[in-house]
Amino acid sequence: MNDVLPAIERWRARGDAIAVATVVRTLGSAPRGVGAKMAVSSSGAMAGSVSGGCIEGAVFEACQQAIATGESRLLHFGVADDEAWDVGLACGGTIDVFVEPLR
Amino acid sequence: MVIHDALRRALDAEQPVAVATVLAGATPIGGKLLIDAAGVTTGSLAAGAATAQIVADALALLQRGANEVRRYEGGLEVFIETYPAPATLLVVGAVHIAIPLVAFARTLQFRTVVIDARGAFATPERFAHADELVHAWPDEALAGRLTANSHVVVLTHDPKLDDPALLVALPSAARYVGALGSPRTHARRLERLRAAGVSEAHLARLHAPIGLRIGGQSPEEIAVSIIAEIIAVRNGRTGAAPS
Repeated sequence: MNDVLPAIERWRARGDAIAVATVVRTLGSAPRGVGAKMAVSSSGAMAGSVSGGCIEGAVFEACQQAIATGESRLLHFGVADDEAWDVGLACGGTIDVFVEPLR
Repeated sequence: MVIHDALRRALDAEQPVAVATVLAGATPIGGKLLIDAAGVTTGSLAAGAATAQIVADALALLQRGANEVRRYEGGLEVFIETYPAPATLLVVGAVHIAIPLVAFARTLQFRTVVIDARGAFATPERFAHADELVHAWPDEALAGRLTANSHVVVLTHDPKLDDPALLVALPSAARYVGALGSPRTHARRLERLRAAGVSEAHLARLHAPIGLRIGGQSPEEIAVSIIAEIIAVRNGRTGAAPS
């Protein structure tokens, strides 16, 4: 949280809506640990990370949706190692990410 | 924003807290409860009877600084994340190495304290990036403020300053104690500390010569080796490459 907090406070100060994504579960080799966070603003800014860059694109979209709908969602990423490139999780392993609007 | 603001205040005040978030099995999904170290809560989870168990689990996880999904009766799934009080790096000796060391430590979310009685060294100009600058003798500055979250790095190269710091730090609860100096300097230091009555068990705690062996020469490189050694100790590793 400490790494995304300054950005969140800046965005709030200028009136942006915000969503936060958190790694809640990992299996196998995951690039970031449980508790890692990424924050996204309604104006399209982003801070922090939930992987080594493999799933940030999808999580960014999910955050924008959460801002639009006001709904929280649990996302699941990951497949076996040999298929991993197809969904962008090059590291193998699985990651569950909880996406929620900040309210 | 109630929970977010309460969390932000706790982090600002460096108070340990946990946050429980409903992932499934209760309405609303995303409902949050903030739990402080005394078990006092803010917010609610609509978790009914499970709430007491969630609070107990949160306090246990907070002790370990762990984040976990926990399952409860009725398909309730709760993510518990914890924010222990931040680790502190206390640098004794406002020398050149201390400048990049404080910068690296801050990037790694340590609270940083620089201690030096010598005003010419511990200037706000050199250490604008430190959380705290203490103009005092090291033993006075360290006494009473070392916990299991403290990491003490002794860099003055001067026994008059290093030794009093180590006499306080070695028997303390500090997680890490390291001191700069060549193997020869260190051998002489061990003799002095023994003569001053420090036990062998406490001497064995001292990381000296300080830092992982990465061949660092510049102050910045030595600072990297010191902070890397502290990370290794926090993770229960030696810092050696996997064999």
